[in-house]
Amino acid sequence: MIGIEHLPVLLIVLSLLAAFTIFVAGWFDKKFSWAISFITILVQLVMSIFILNHVLFTGKIDYWLSGWRPPWGIQVVVDTLNAYVLVVLLFLALLSVMYSKRNIQHELPEKVITYYAVYQLLVTGLCGVTITGDIFNMYVFVEIFSLAAYALIASRGGIALKASFVYLVMGSIGACLFVLGIGFLYSVTGSLNMADLAAILPPLYGNKMVQAAFALFVVGLSIKMALFPLHTWLPDAHSFAPAEISAMLSGIIIEVSTYALIRLSFSVFTVNFLKLLPIYDLLAWIAAIAIIYGSVMAIAQLNLKRMLAYSSVSQMGYIMLAVGLSLSTKHLLWGGLTPALMHILNHALMKGCLFMVAGAFIYKADLWNITDLRGLGRKMPWTCGAFTMAAISMIGVPPSVGFVSKIYLIFAVVEAGNFLFMAVILLSTLLNLVYFWRVIETLYMKVGEAGPHHEYEKPVKTDEIPLLMLIPILILGSLCIVMGIIWLTEIPIIGAVPIMDSVNKLFEIGRYTVVP
Amino acid sequence: MTKADGTGTYQLTAEERRVAAGRDLIIEVIASLMIPLIQLFALYVIIHGALGAGGGFQGGVILASSFILYVIAFGITGARKRLPESWNTGLQSLGVYIYAGVGLVCILVSLGFVQYLNYWALPLPVAYEMRRAMGMDFVEIGIGITVMATMTSLFFDLAWKEKEERKEVKESNEGGEKK
Repeated sequence: MIGIEHLPVLLIVLSLLAAFTIFVAGWFDKKFSWAISFITILVQLVMSIFILNHVLFTGKIDYWLSGWRPPWGIQVVVDTLNAYVLVVLLFLALLSVMYSKRNIQHELPEKVITYYAVYQLLVTGLCGVTITGDIFNMYVFVEIFSLAAYALIASRGGIALKASFVYLVMGSIGACLFVLGIGFLYSVTGSLNMADLAAILPPLYGNKMVQAAFALFVVGLSIKMALFPLHTWLPDAHSFAPAEISAMLSGIIIEVSTYALIRLSFSVFTVNFLKLLPIYDLLAWIAAIAIIYGSVMAIAQLNLKRMLAYSSVSQMGYIMLAVGLSLSTKHLLWGGLTPALMHILNHALMKGCLFMVAGAFIYKADLWNITDLRGLGRKMPWTCGAFTMAAISMIGVPPSVGFVSKIYLIFAVVEAGNFLFMAVILLSTLLNLVYFWRVIETLYMKVGEAGPHHEYEKPVKTDEIPLLMLIPILILGSLCIVMGIIWLTEIPIIGAVPIMDSVNKLFEIGRYTVVP
Repeated sequence: MTKADGTGTYQLTAEERRVAAGRDLIIEVIASLMIPLIQLFALYVIIHGALGAGGGFQGGVILASSFILYVIAFGITGARKRLPESWNTGLQSLGVYIYAGVGLVCILVSLGFVQYLNYWALPLPVAYEMRRAMGMDFVEIGIGITVMATMTSLFFDLAWKEKEERKEVKESNEGGEKK
């Protein structure tokens, strides 16, 4: 019987094999490519749920690839943090691939086979980053998903090529810094294994080489996660990619880079190192600037997808603010990494839904600008309903997921004692209201095609997008509210709070209650 | 092509065809001598990967370079006929199947007892140490095939693109002259 400890590695192998099977199957029939991709990601999601269940109740998975002992061989380590990110990313990947069937037929009819093959490679890379326990292996997988993302962003051609090229140049610089940091660490310690490094490093914390390596990791991954001064690739890449790739980029790809930073700083360098340097305080301040900058720039945008892209810059600020505060908070509920991890899921749900709806408007009538969306609320009631749910969640109306993130973050800020950050969060909420309410108002309260006032009484014929595109949008939109209620009431069946607790226990930050 | 007196068709000699296509006798002969040697060396590098310097990546690139030399010496149309695009795609996938398949066989044969890519469990009728070496060889062969197919297809993509563009430019120029 194949034991559960084989699942993390099988997850990647399955995905890699599926990517190349799509190429071969594409020679026989184009229809196979979507089916193979969908079934593979569904199987992967089921596997990842088994993994999460196992690590939550039995303990972490420690797997030695090809039987070599860890400092020499590559190790696969899955604990609660990995498993949680894995489930979130595969869930959004599944909904994206479901959505993409009709959208890709419509947008890129002659590139279907390559699209799904590269998409599967993207999923492979993302899964690889989350399961590996070896820093060089992590770098390789970061490059795999980045390369796949460059190709997918450019798939539409034309101006998307320029956006993709900018992302390629910046992403390559980020990868260079990352691998340089790995080289520095290797030259000092002679090891690439995360657990081994964590054991070797403590006497070397004062070493300039180690500190430089950490700085390189932070800057390199900040480019990949589009933190404020290094975000310049993000708006173009998000607006010109196909809709479901925008959703994946915003909801998962930049989050996985955040995960990589969290993993490196807490698993390799540990809390004791982070307390030596004020680098996390610095990150929190940068994140606060990112929150305001992203929101202000989003107000200035006319293009809906571009507005959502700048909103992503601001949301990454939220996550990094929560990560930056994680060292100084101790409370049971909002201490440690809890707000950051919560917002990773919440942001994936909200931004996934919003980008897919923006893609639906483009699919239906090629509408890119906010002012063009007049009267669509009555024409496409379900789509616009889901958009409204996600939008009010972004604003932070209780009991949505956005509210939960913001309230936990505000409590954390209060505990850390920095009231300027609280003002930043409240101001950003106000700015969120400005730019999302503008869209909701255009959707519902303006008459389509500049008709007379009594047109409100006339029944409008509904003209919805295909069901296969509508289902993911509705799932994400409704989860924005359902997950919010689950977070607030802490329903234990989902295991939401035990996950956060065990992550905090793992890294010895915050305070933890449940010992699974 | 008709003969000068107009009676029946005239078959071009090999030399005339070569000149018409802009190819060179010396390059063709040297290439046809070198290509087998390059391929033999590539196979040696791939198999040597388990023991010392070398391996699938290096050997695959050397193998691909022999195809590229063939293209340079004998023209791209003939080479594409010898190695069609479907073969390229198939070989790319085949390499990955071999690589991932060896790992999966290890898990499946030992019923989940050993790890992924642990060659110890390969079902080969040889000693334990030999099994490790041979498992590594299989993986290197898989990598070599994929790298070869990828490098060749990259080269073909670049070369074809340029040719098509040149044709398009020529056509557009002719269109301009007619107007």
